[in-house]
Amino acid sequence: MTILLEAQNLSRHFGPNVAVQNIDITVKRGEILGFLGPNGAGKSTTMKMLSGNLAPDQGEIRINGFDLLAQPKQAKAQLGYLPENPPLYRELTVSEYLQHCARLNGLKGTPLNLAVATVIERCGLGEVSRRLIGQLSKGYQQRTGIAQAIVHTPAVVILDEPTSGLDPQQIRQIRELIREIANQHSVILSTHILPEVEMLCDRVQIISKGQVIFADSLEALHQQRHNSSLKITLLNPPPLSELQSLADVSSVELVSANQFRIFFKPGSNPTEVLLSNAVSKQWQLQELLVEQDSLEDIFMQLINSDPTTGAID
Amino acid sequence: MWCVTRLELSRLFLSPFAWVMLALVQFLLAYMFLSHIDYFAQIQGQISAIPGAPGVTELIVAPLLNNAALVLLLIAPFITMRAFADEHRNHTLPLLISAPLSASQIVFGKYLGYLSFFLLQLVLISLMPLSLLAGSAIDFYQLGAGMVGLALLVASFVAAGIFMSSLTTQPIIAAVMTFCLLFLLWIIDFAAASAVADNINWLAWLSLLGHFQPMLAGQINSIDLSFFALFCGVFLLLTIRRLDAVRLSQ
Repeated sequence: MTILLEAQNLSRHFGPNVAVQNIDITVKRGEILGFLGPNGAGKSTTMKMLSGNLAPDQGEIRINGFDLLAQPKQAKAQLGYLPENPPLYRELTVSEYLQHCARLNGLKGTPLNLAVATVIERCGLGEVSRRLIGQLSKGYQQRTGIAQAIVHTPAVVILDEPTSGLDPQQIRQIRELIREIANQHSVILSTHILPEVEMLCDRVQIISKGQVIFADSLEALHQQRHNSSLKITLLNPPPLSELQSLADVSSVELVSANQFRIFFKPGSNPTEVLLSNAVSKQWQLQELLVEQDSLEDIFMQLINSDPTTGAID
Repeated sequence: MWCVTRLELSRLFLSPFAWVMLALVQFLLAYMFLSHIDYFAQIQGQISAIPGAPGVTELIVAPLLNNAALVLLLIAPFITMRAFADEHRNHTLPLLISAPLSASQIVFGKYLGYLSFFLLQLVLISLMPLSLLAGSAIDFYQLGAGMVGLALLVASFVAAGIFMSSLTTQPIIAAVMTFCLLFLLWIIDFAAASAVADNINWLAWLSLLGHFQPMLAGQINSIDLSFFALFCGVFLLLTIRRLDAVRLSQ
């Protein structure tokens, strides 16, 4: 597959502070790359560098074969960027604004009108196209921001926290829109929301304190999940020690009077033993759940296992 | 480049600000224009007997354009303050930066947008002297030279205003800074007048007024033209540098 965006060895300092250090990013055609990290990890700095708004101290960025620093015009023509704060002119109507954006990106005449009409339809802005941007709800403003980024059909679309500050309904609509956009463009999506990455992205890069600490496909991230505990509800529970003495059980935690969390050693599974005991000893089993590490847990593990974190703390 | 100009103009004229400015400036100058006519009508009887006495153009048009220059100096900072300060504040600059445009195209585009607004204002102002044609003959060459001078003066105001606007995120600070700079360059003449005459009088050379007055009298000197060209050029280059520096900022 063609690589549309390639960044190597990106570094950026702000005074004595290192914002981003030696980051490599590649995005292939038709791929959504999730750029994940806690607040202040350097996500927006990286997005600004990729979009040409901030010059990196080191490293190079190539967009569809054009070097962003040496041939900025050609490279930027291949790029759509939605910053953290959507760059909207509140006094313009949606369609006026999009026409200006298309013009800024070098479209003229019939192709311009066609592009604006298409993007209004794709982003579901039809009913508000004649209203002033300043009067729209946050969700529609965000869509207008996304429309602005894709109006000139760029090869790569960079979205910096596109769902922040929206209500759940709007978030769902924006996510659908992003998924739809990915059919035609490659997307880099920066976010601190894990389920968003899980729902949308093909590949994930996790960044913490300016460094990439995980870069692989979403499946690889899932494989890091461990099954390590069972949650059971027993109406007629035995004493804790009896549960603890079962084979393969490493420890038992009391959740409530009837609920227990049973930890077991990796590679073993006490479900069978537990079930047969529950039946024969009439513990009245109500519920048995296999608990997985959530993405949050993996995320926290990755961030905390990052060596630089330990050094600083 | 034209797309930036167009964007800037449409944003200017979509806000009530531009219309209010156009209307109020026109109102102020119309009042001054009428009082000049009044004055001229009073003294007309006395001066008509003197051979070689100043005519309508010298007594009405030249003072009007002089007043116009002063009024424009007062309001120009409030128009140009928005150029970059507003974009910084509303986080809209990335739209222009990540578009396939160079920094100079962005700056020149904006400059031309604001300049066209002021040229429109000048067209409106020039209607007043032209209305004198209904009752009198006027010296078109002097009027023309005065208008060229006014246009160059306004071009300098805009260049300085845009640069000041690129320095800050607060439009009002940009306006105050521009105003102070322009006013200083306006009144520097007074200091120049008291300076020792045999030195090279660089203070006088810096004065905006000093380069505008000859044009008002109908005299277009290449030294004045080059002054205005240099003035605009320097400030636009500084603005371009400043815009590039935003990307490199520590």
